[in-house]
Amino acid sequence: MENLKKTPLNAEHRALGAKMVDFGGWDMPVQYTSILDEHIGVRTRAGLFDVSHMGEIWVEGPQALGLVQRLSSNDAAKLAVGQIHYAGLLTENGCFVDDMLVHKMADDRYLLVVNASNTDKDFAWVQKNAKGFDAKVTNASPVTAQIAIQGPKAIEILQPLVPDADLLSVKYYWFTYGTLLGEKRLLARTGYTGEDGYEVYLPPAKAPELWRLLLEKGKAHGLVPAGLGARDTLRLEACMALYGNDIDDTTTVLEADLGWILKLNKEGHFNGREALEKQKAEGAKRKLVAFELTDRGIPRHGMDCYSGGAKVGHVTSGTQAPYLKKPLGMCYLPAELSKPGTSFEVDIRGKHAAAKVVPKPHYKRAK
Amino acid sequence: MNIPSGLKYTKTHEWVKVEGNTGTVGVSDFAQHELGDIVFVEAPQPGDSVTAGAQMGTVESVKAVSELNCPVSGTVAETNEALADHPEYLNQDPYSAGWIIKVTLSDPKEAEGLMDSQAYAKYVAESGH
Repeated sequence: MENLKKTPLNAEHRALGAKMVDFGGWDMPVQYTSILDEHIGVRTRAGLFDVSHMGEIWVEGPQALGLVQRLSSNDAAKLAVGQIHYAGLLTENGCFVDDMLVHKMADDRYLLVVNASNTDKDFAWVQKNAKGFDAKVTNASPVTAQIAIQGPKAIEILQPLVPDADLLSVKYYWFTYGTLLGEKRLLARTGYTGEDGYEVYLPPAKAPELWRLLLEKGKAHGLVPAGLGARDTLRLEACMALYGNDIDDTTTVLEADLGWILKLNKEGHFNGREALEKQKAEGAKRKLVAFELTDRGIPRHGMDCYSGGAKVGHVTSGTQAPYLKKPLGMCYLPAELSKPGTSFEVDIRGKHAAAKVVPKPHYKRAK
Repeated sequence: MNIPSGLKYTKTHEWVKVEGNTGTVGVSDFAQHELGDIVFVEAPQPGDSVTAGAQMGTVESVKAVSELNCPVSGTVAETNEALADHPEYLNQDPYSAGWIIKVTLSDPKEAEGLMDSQAYAKYVAESGH
């Protein structure tokens, strides 16, 4: 465990008594007190997450947009300065090198936020694709910390610390800048929990002070530090994909049911375009669906799905949902079995438990 | 760490309380703490036979599935039905409300081979926790 990477908040987690785990090579808190309590805390009040392990890749220069367009499934030409969208970082086969958030910082500057354990792979892929583009790419992950505050009370807690920004006026998936602890910070109204909130980007050395300040100021609002365990169950209730579980370099954007981030009508070549045009014309043979277990039991990543006695797919994510209080998950099923209401079974250690496809997402917050 | 005396403990962190011909079985405070929030318990039903050291069910936390081994051999006399709706009893009260099954013992002396509370406390301490 000695060679695990540490975020600048590692000592804070240990001081809070967190249970630490190896998460893709990072020494990260899986829980502070209880995954259930932290999950419910985020849904009903607010939670504070250390997401400093996430990767930040800058694309800058006259042809920055062209390079982002080449890499991304989405249409970055549609972004305004200050706007963010979700996108696939695609292979030539239309599968996922990773998923990412694309931030348009300026006409010639984009920030890609990617998964921690994929950062090096992603950066190598971006560099490889950058050949021939007049654009500079930089892996800023080691010099960028990130703290997420999520939940219905998140903005109420953060706002008083940022007097020069109106956090409620920023739309979801847009960002602003605000003075936090005396310095301008990037504040993005994004998250991975299904709740409202912000993700704050800052230099690693400044992260512990902000972490402690938010915990202190948030106490009266019921803010809790929340670990990766709750982050996983929260995102699963919200049906947000987890790379390595629900999507990877063998699943296409269409199979992952993420057609809304695939812009085949955008200009120019992009990685995966031909494969995805073909698959769209033919129809994807399998689809990532949301399901609930109707029998007792808990579905888990990797369990097989059956229909009519035949193996038809596998569970990509599953849990006993802490807020919705039922066993649910996501799985790949053949297209003809993907309609909500369709029954199938999940093989739970040899027993076939009844399940049914349900509409996505499992959980959607009241606006 | 709560390790009551009068119970017998296994290396896989189950306990058994022997009273005459009956053994009541559960998981230790150490086990529930390691597992985290328990959300599902799958236990054998009355009439099922159980064997010391063999798997008799599973306990699931939010994150993980763990095997439940039976400390003693015999026939299940009673299953704690309350756990179906309240698996959290294993976390809250592992030695009382969180009991899992009662076993009619095939050999009431069998449990004497298990650890007592002092030996179990030493075992937990030595296993690096």
